[in-house]
Amino acid sequence: MSQKLLLSAKEIDIILHRLACQLIENHTHFKDTVLIGIQPRGTFLADRIKQILVDDYQLENVKLGYLDITFYRDDFRRGEKPLEANTTHIDFAVEDKRIVFIDDVLYTGRSIRAALTAVQSFGRPQEIELLTLIDRRFSRHLPIQPNYRGRQVDAINQEKVKVLWIENEGEDAVYLVNK
Amino acid sequence: MSELSVNHLLGIKYLNKKDIDLIFETADHFKEVINRPIKKVPSLRDITIANLFFENSTRTRLSFELAEKRLSADIINFSAASSSVKKGETLIDTVNNILSMKVDMVVMRHPNPGAGVFLAKHVEASIVNAGDGAHEHPTQALLDSYSIRERLGEVAGKKVVIVGDILHSRVALSNIFALKLQGAEVKVCGPKTLIPKYIEKLDVQVETDLRKALNWCDIANMLRIQNERMEISYFPSTREYTQQFGVNKKILDSLDKEVIIMHPGPINRGVEITSDVADSNHAIILDQVQNGVAVRMAVIYLLASKIKR
Repeated sequence: MSQKLLLSAKEIDIILHRLACQLIENHTHFKDTVLIGIQPRGTFLADRIKQILVDDYQLENVKLGYLDITFYRDDFRRGEKPLEANTTHIDFAVEDKRIVFIDDVLYTGRSIRAALTAVQSFGRPQEIELLTLIDRRFSRHLPIQPNYRGRQVDAINQEKVKVLWIENEGEDAVYLVNK
Repeated sequence: MSELSVNHLLGIKYLNKKDIDLIFETADHFKEVINRPIKKVPSLRDITIANLFFENSTRTRLSFELAEKRLSADIINFSAASSSVKKGETLIDTVNNILSMKVDMVVMRHPNPGAGVFLAKHVEASIVNAGDGAHEHPTQALLDSYSIRERLGEVAGKKVVIVGDILHSRVALSNIFALKLQGAEVKVCGPKTLIPKYIEKLDVQVETDLRKALNWCDIANMLRIQNERMEISYFPSTREYTQQFGVNKKILDSLDKEVIIMHPGPINRGVEITSDVADSNHAIILDQVQNGVAVRMAVIYLLASKIKR
């Protein structure tokens, strides 16, 4: 198993600030906008984006929730491993809100498909956008594209993109792993 | 996440501690789901479940049905009263006929102990025991423990007394297994005639004085007198039973601690507990009912995840 560094901590930091600025361009005061991190791995990215919006741009009122999609996935009983559920934590109404889904890697698009269904259980949002740190183009199974992308990666199916966060793994880095 | 060690839920006897933890963690997620504006997830849209009730039930049947619907499973309901069982069909024939309609899971209540175990050996489907005679009622015990865990943080180390008709109660037996497995202390309390002979073998103590039992415990689980299962008289009169083993506000107020009151339903108000207790803050009877749906969703979801196509 070999791995190649795709993004260093410094590069990730620059990209996160750019993504935060792009969000501000479109959502200005975040009055009707809510951020939703997709469990389990999108929550780290979502926390970081929110932190930048609050600390660097004084947007105090940014709302952030976490959405678990386990029960909405289309591969229940198809994989080898049982699916592991995570906590959903959305303590605001999504009715008529502008939602930004946040996930670390966009691959087949199936997770986002599940998230689109899952969020309907909480109401009818005005619109839904997608922000992702890594966009693996060429490997999509569904017609889903990000509105905000950190870096586009051309990886073949045997390869895995691994996003590490300092809070969880002790370093900020993105690796391309050859399985 | 690991998976259940069993392919059927036939009784608590067949589960281990890890299974119970997994069911409770999964139930936590479903409890959040059933409190959403839209209380439904599509996980089991390709699963068909048959609810076979060979014995009367209101709460358990509704709870299972609701749990199955919240998981988007297709369901068929069957009750013995209006079926060919009356015409002399055997249990295996009945179930095999239903299974040939491509059913993946069977939830069954049956008056004979061991009916679920028997069925699991003879048919190709995941079986959930919803009560078999006076043997086990595993989902009730799971939701009881789940309610204790919700109210008191954990089950381990808690003192639970089960009061009433222990002899005819499947709820009592499943509860004893579940509570012991999780490290709780258990006593049973009731007229000697309604306590099984060898109950001490289950590492359970017998207490015939209700006041002493209540003073000892953190939780009292009140059972109904199952007149329908009694062919002979086990105590002189209902009035005398109530005087000795009924819980009322007065006796609860006279204790120097707060005891949580549970009841699996249906309640005979004025017999095992009075209305002012059943409707008080001591009672978590309606929490038990709500948790029943979440726990049954967890059980069905986890068993369904083991069905291979």
